[in-house]
Amino acid sequence: MAEDPKLQPTVEFRPEGAERQDEDRREGLAGEPPRKTEPRSRSAGAILKDSVITALIALALSGPLVGLVMAPGPSKALEIQQRWAPVVLIVALVFVGRLLLNLFVWRKQPQGRSQHRTAAVSPRPSLPAIGTFATPLLLVLSIGLPILVIYGAPDQSRYVLGVGTLILTYVMLGWGLNVVVGLAGLLDLGYVAFYAIGAYSYALISTQLGWSFWICLPLAGLLAAAFGVILGFPVLRLRGDYLAIVTLAFGEIIRLVLLNWTELTNGPAGINQIPRPSFFGLPFTAGPGGFAATFGLPYSTNHRIVFLYYLILALALITSFITVRIRNMPIGRAWEALRYDEIASRSLGINTTNVKLTAFAIGAMFGGFAGSFFATRQGFISPESFNFMESATVLAIVVLGGAGSQLGVAVAAVVMIGGLEALRNLSVLKALFGDNFDPTQYRLLAFGLVMVAIMVWRPRGLIADRRPSVLLRDRKPAGTSGMGAA
Amino acid sequence: MEYFTQQLINGLTLGSIYGLIAIGYTMVYGIIGMINFAHGDIFMVGAFIALIALLLIGASAAMPIVTLIAVLLLVIVIAMVLTAIWGWTIERIAYRPLRTSFRLAPLITAIGMSITLQNFVQLVQGAQVKALPSLTRGAYGLFGSDRFTVRISNIQIIIMALTAVLTIAFAVLISRTSIGRSQRACEQDVKMAALLGVNVDRTISLTFVIGAALAAVGGVMYLLYYGVIDFYIGFNVGIKAFTAAVLGGIGSLPGAVLGGILLGLIETYWSAYFSVEYKDVAAFSILIVTLIFLPSGLLGRPEVEKV
Repeated sequence: MAEDPKLQPTVEFRPEGAERQDEDRREGLAGEPPRKTEPRSRSAGAILKDSVITALIALALSGPLVGLVMAPGPSKALEIQQRWAPVVLIVALVFVGRLLLNLFVWRKQPQGRSQHRTAAVSPRPSLPAIGTFATPLLLVLSIGLPILVIYGAPDQSRYVLGVGTLILTYVMLGWGLNVVVGLAGLLDLGYVAFYAIGAYSYALISTQLGWSFWICLPLAGLLAAAFGVILGFPVLRLRGDYLAIVTLAFGEIIRLVLLNWTELTNGPAGINQIPRPSFFGLPFTAGPGGFAATFGLPYSTNHRIVFLYYLILALALITSFITVRIRNMPIGRAWEALRYDEIASRSLGINTTNVKLTAFAIGAMFGGFAGSFFATRQGFISPESFNFMESATVLAIVVLGGAGSQLGVAVAAVVMIGGLEALRNLSVLKALFGDNFDPTQYRLLAFGLVMVAIMVWRPRGLIADRRPSVLLRDRKPAGTSGMGAA
Repeated sequence: MEYFTQQLINGLTLGSIYGLIAIGYTMVYGIIGMINFAHGDIFMVGAFIALIALLLIGASAAMPIVTLIAVLLLVIVIAMVLTAIWGWTIERIAYRPLRTSFRLAPLITAIGMSITLQNFVQLVQGAQVKALPSLTRGAYGLFGSDRFTVRISNIQIIIMALTAVLTIAFAVLISRTSIGRSQRACEQDVKMAALLGVNVDRTISLTFVIGAALAAVGGVMYLLYYGVIDFYIGFNVGIKAFTAAVLGGIGSLPGAVLGGILLGLIETYWSAYFSVEYKDVAAFSILIVTLIFLPSGLLGRPEVEKV
């Protein structure tokens, strides 16, 4: 490996320490001897042949599933109905697309594929410059949003603020998971479990004991953190993917217990009539003693929505602030060391179990906070809100944003969750595809495809910002000069 | 005792299905070290293709048994081929560009692919549950008292026999053929294999093709055994199969089958003697306990820490 400077892992682009055992294997995959490179200036016949083959594959993929639809016939038994128009459309699109790519795009890059292969290893220009102005911009925008929509578009304000709150919930979840995945390098596929624990502990305590939101919130966080430790203690000796699958199993166990422990959780029916939050004791009601009356404002249902929006914004900012500060504390440095090289950090006297447990507990605590916010906002929770899709979405937000980058996570949450919501009511698409076209049917399909596309386009996330926070500047070997740029 | 034996048969049947799917997980993990989250959905696609083929042929219980077996074999082959193309395409689109990237990237594309496949099938085939009228109801009473007779159904025999045949065929493929040699070489050391002239890209593609084909057979079996499928079955079965692969020791092929059968038995016995609601909890708890005490699974090689 040493002869090829391109494949030399620099400090900046070294794979995560928690996955060190994979390093050799990945290097092996990268360092494959060059295979027969396809001549790129191919003849028209070769291009045509390639496009036809691609179209045939598209036909094989879509033909049976799209062209032959199973539907209950007159006798209630399933019957096959044929529907070939979309298949023809798909195949034609693939054929033309491939042809155009062959003719115009791939021809311009003589070594298109080999560039592609090394793209992940060679340093891509990260976007640190964006951070300097995007962070304050986003912050100002998120603080000013309620004022903007209430005065700018009053009839839309309820909806816009609802979406804003949803996005901020995911931003907070993403930042919470970022502690575990982005900073400590532990892959957690069951993060939704802590979200669920936070939501259910708030729901149960407030409905059973009648305690207020502001007492329940820290309790929910503590409970979630405790579960983080309970889960973490036995399993943190596991590494890499084993840890991932155990966290996934844990997430499923929590969901199944919530689903089946009917006496406590009311099972699949969920818990409703969860108390809504009050403005530090003042309820958002119309009567005297309510928020509006106390402050002499005309009563409006918008008050609660705006309050919820600022509540989650504050919670998310606290999450981010604490994370950024902890990063510079010894424990944060230890997370980073662990991420880069677990064996080395253990050799240097870091108690890896404690360090991992702290990351787990802190991440879980933020998940718990977000969960109790979710419960109070919805007023109703059921186990179905806490399935694996949620964990996957949050993890996708963290990784798509660029694991470890606070700004990246926020941007990814806006893109993914905001995009998902935007697809709900795009009348543009309706005008394009006719009135029977229902964009909501396609939103999750699009969500999945966008997830794949972003990852292939920027494998290290939208904003890859994973420079070590401390660097030893002198006696730098030549191969690692890239890190000086930090 | 009769009840116990009956559950043994049921558990082995379920375990066979898990085992076949688990092979796909374990092979992919063994070579490129990634969790192929879309594998469960590949299985689902296989089941759908099989159901479409069965309806298209018009298979029914009225057919003579020889015709029925021929039809089933044909359907299995169709499902294997078409599903294998799905597996190949997904590797090509979503995993190959990220092969040298950091580890979370292909995991996320795999999750994205899983979401895509589920919603694609839901979109084109509808969200309702699809039911297949039972093709063969026959069953044999083995032994028992007048209260309870242990029975094994035709479908159960077919599933277990087919799993046995496929597992043996697959073992021969891996241990005796040149394809299998390249597979094993890549699993041990990709770079060295490439230097010695193994076409790594093709081997990895083949891994996905074989895994998808086996998952398709699992899909056909699931369809025949339960009779109902929907677009969401891939998630649950996929996680179970992955659990089976980890239980048996991920990367180990006999381990995948063993883990699948163990998981099927655990689930069946737990439902039979304790509670149906908590069968998944039992399966996952046993996974966690196993990993704590046997961190590399039952038959897995312990990982060597290299510095």
